[in-house]
Amino acid sequence: MLELTDIHKSYENQPLLTGISFTVAEGESVCLLGPSGSGKSTLLRLVAGLEEPERGEVRWEGEDMAPIPAHRRNFGLVFQDYALFPHLDVTGNVAFGLKMQNLPADEIRQRVATMLEKVNLAGFENRRVTDLSGGEQQRVALARALATGPRLLMFDEPLGALDRSLKDNLLAELRRILHETGVPAIYVTHDQEEAFAIADRILLLHEGRIVQEGAPAEVYAHPASAWVAQFLGVGNIITGVVRAGNVETSVGNFRLSCAHAHRDGEKVNLMVSRHQVREAPDGELRGVVADVVFQQDGFKVTLSNGLVFHLPKAPKSGEEIRFHVPSAAVQCLP
Amino acid sequence: MLFRRILPWLGVFLFLGLFFFYPLARILGLSLDFAILSVGDFRLTFFVFCFTFYQALLSTLLTLCLGLPAAFLFARFNFRGKSLLRTLTAIPFMLPTVVVAAGFNAWLGPRGWLNLALQNLFHLDSPPIIFVGTLGAILAAHVFYNATIVIRIVGNTLSRLDPRLDQAACSLGASPHQIFWRVTLPILCPSLLAASMLVFLFDFTSFGVILLLGGPQFATLEVEIYYQALTFFNLPLAAWLSLIQLLCTLAFSIVYSRLVTRAAMTVNPRLNLPIRPRIWRQRAFVAIFSLLLFVFFVFPLFSLPFRSLTRLEADRGDRAQAQYGLTMDYYTELFVNRRGSIFYVPPVTALGNSLAYASLTVLLSLALGFPAASALARPGRLERFLDPILLLPLGASAVTLGLGFIVAFGRLLSFPWLVPLAHTIIALPFVIRALQPALASIPDRLRQAAVTLGASPPRVWREVDWPIVRRAVLSAAVFAFTVSLGEFGATALVYRPEYPTLPVAIYRFLSQPGGLNYGQAMAMATILMLVAGAGILAIEKLRLPGAGEF
Repeated sequence: MLELTDIHKSYENQPLLTGISFTVAEGESVCLLGPSGSGKSTLLRLVAGLEEPERGEVRWEGEDMAPIPAHRRNFGLVFQDYALFPHLDVTGNVAFGLKMQNLPADEIRQRVATMLEKVNLAGFENRRVTDLSGGEQQRVALARALATGPRLLMFDEPLGALDRSLKDNLLAELRRILHETGVPAIYVTHDQEEAFAIADRILLLHEGRIVQEGAPAEVYAHPASAWVAQFLGVGNIITGVVRAGNVETSVGNFRLSCAHAHRDGEKVNLMVSRHQVREAPDGELRGVVADVVFQQDGFKVTLSNGLVFHLPKAPKSGEEIRFHVPSAAVQCLP
Repeated sequence: MLFRRILPWLGVFLFLGLFFFYPLARILGLSLDFAILSVGDFRLTFFVFCFTFYQALLSTLLTLCLGLPAAFLFARFNFRGKSLLRTLTAIPFMLPTVVVAAGFNAWLGPRGWLNLALQNLFHLDSPPIIFVGTLGAILAAHVFYNATIVIRIVGNTLSRLDPRLDQAACSLGASPHQIFWRVTLPILCPSLLAASMLVFLFDFTSFGVILLLGGPQFATLEVEIYYQALTFFNLPLAAWLSLIQLLCTLAFSIVYSRLVTRAAMTVNPRLNLPIRPRIWRQRAFVAIFSLLLFVFFVFPLFSLPFRSLTRLEADRGDRAQAQYGLTMDYYTELFVNRRGSIFYVPPVTALGNSLAYASLTVLLSLALGFPAASALARPGRLERFLDPILLLPLGASAVTLGLGFIVAFGRLLSFPWLVPLAHTIIALPFVIRALQPALASIPDRLRQAAVTLGASPPRVWREVDWPIVRRAVLSAAVFAFTVSLGEFGATALVYRPEYPTLPVAIYRFLSQPGGLNYGQAMAMATILMLVAGAGILAIEKLRLPGAGEF
């Protein structure tokens, strides 16, 4: 449905987006995940038509969007901090897009009522938006974007300003609404929990490029680079040098098991799982225990070299321990 | 105890009672005696009221026509020379009315440099541009004066207007046209109305501009009060007109304060920062409009000093040979007491009188205002009750005040010190408003700390209070000085001919024939402009951060 090809955009002569291409299929929720400054909000604004790319194309069902101004695209956008119209009440805000379509007053009233019901705001019709709580404002913003029946919904850090429990409730509601309406959605966030909760597919953005793309479980299980693993906080990243089929690192030597061919002396990053290691006196990985914290199902052990493992038993602080690392627990990152 | 609470108010209220409320009561008494007024008087009142309203409405609309695009220009775009242009648009509001009138006269008047240059160039007998004495001159001067109000109030709202509201509207299908009418305008509306109301109020009570630029055929309520009191000695009619003027001002002020509270509607505090103009339409708008603003504001201001230093016509009458060139004559002539001069003193004494009156106004308004402001800084029930009464003099126009002095102290008019008393009434509310926040900003704990460290009460004042309020006192003093120096409305009614002030002298010289008289008016107006300009600059430098604008 939506197709972006080779999008380039710079800001004050600094490249902001370089060669972005991706598609969003019918009924699919795609999440753009990345740290702040990775250009993900700009990408949304390009799709919405609020900014123009320097190179590349945005197509909807094969039609080039470039000549179509933002207000004719019928792409809904939910803003960070909502951008509700302060001079209009709840009804006025939700009805705004419908009025732009010059619908008859009866139909507008009816659709506003349906929308408010859908986001659990029935009875709020005549409230001033400046008197609403953050969560309520968020729902009004969602109802406003949904009311016109957009072809595509876009969310720019929509839950950024809300507290944890409210976030979880709204995420569940959002998932339900997206599922019910079947509208394709692009969701921008820097919070991976939000991303994993809402997305069918995740696009990881780093310094203006898509560094990984895939289903949440797949991305989590197989990070495409050391940066991705670090950003997601998946495992321990260890840098080492290839020597005769082994990888020599500061914490021990590991067998090299990688799909790529590596030359001797080449630097590689290894990702060592936090869970699958086992304490063993002849283990190949060693370290001194720096900190031990109890967590629900075991102990989180931090070593003085910065590595973190989850163990069933608590070692003593200051003790040197060794681990056996099964080959399944080590991945070579490209 | 009660006596100690009342003490700081004693001076202020004795003064206000004697020199404001008593004259006002005398006007009321006189105006309620309808029997003296004839049918013709009522007809005159009706026509004058209609014209006052008409010119104020027209002036306000024109001010919006210039002020709104200018507010957009300053709030939305960054460009070279922006702060200079902004300052240029703000200066007229603080200048004395006679200076503004003289400025327009020096540019477009019958003896202005443009007319004289055209006359010389094309050998014309009469000035080709007729500007002074038309409604256009009044309107242009009003726009010149008040555009900055629209620029500041509307510009302030514009720069706090969340840019994502436009984008949200756009993504909901609103065209740029619809965004303007459905989002931008409704949000701007309260501040737009507030600014318009304030401009209207100033235009409605305008006096000097209309007297000097309009000429005798255009009479607003203010000007008519002046004519009736001084030319026709019809004090009952003048009093009746004053009453109408007071009621109108009161009504407009109430509407204005209502609008201001509505304008405080909370918009997301996200700043809408100005950008460099990028696309050609933005560039064209910035280039053309800033040039237009520059021309409109710079010519009246710079024509004045320019005209005061150039000789473009014969000094007396048309028979003498015309002379051209740069000259200091208009300034040196100020020191000469010529026979046939309007005053029997050299014009430079007007400058001396003005400076003396202004100094007296500063002393008087500080002596009365400081105790009141100190009491207001820690308000109790008494203070909250008395506070609004202090602001009442703002509601009465200067001409009404002058008329009140004539009605109340008619026999004392030979006493020249009535002028600084009237000036003090006008400056006092501003002085108190300037002092109060500075005094209120001193926490009591500072004084208590000083006392526990062994400072006596006078020492506490000298070591704690004074260093903190010094800037505010200086700023209030400069303000009172500048107000007194440029005051024209009240002075025009109560001054003694042998003790003219600078604005009065400028008015008299402007209405006399002959190039020399005109040149001297230009020279005096230039001096007044420079002194007032220095005052404005000083106040800007002394302004406490975060102090309100209007």
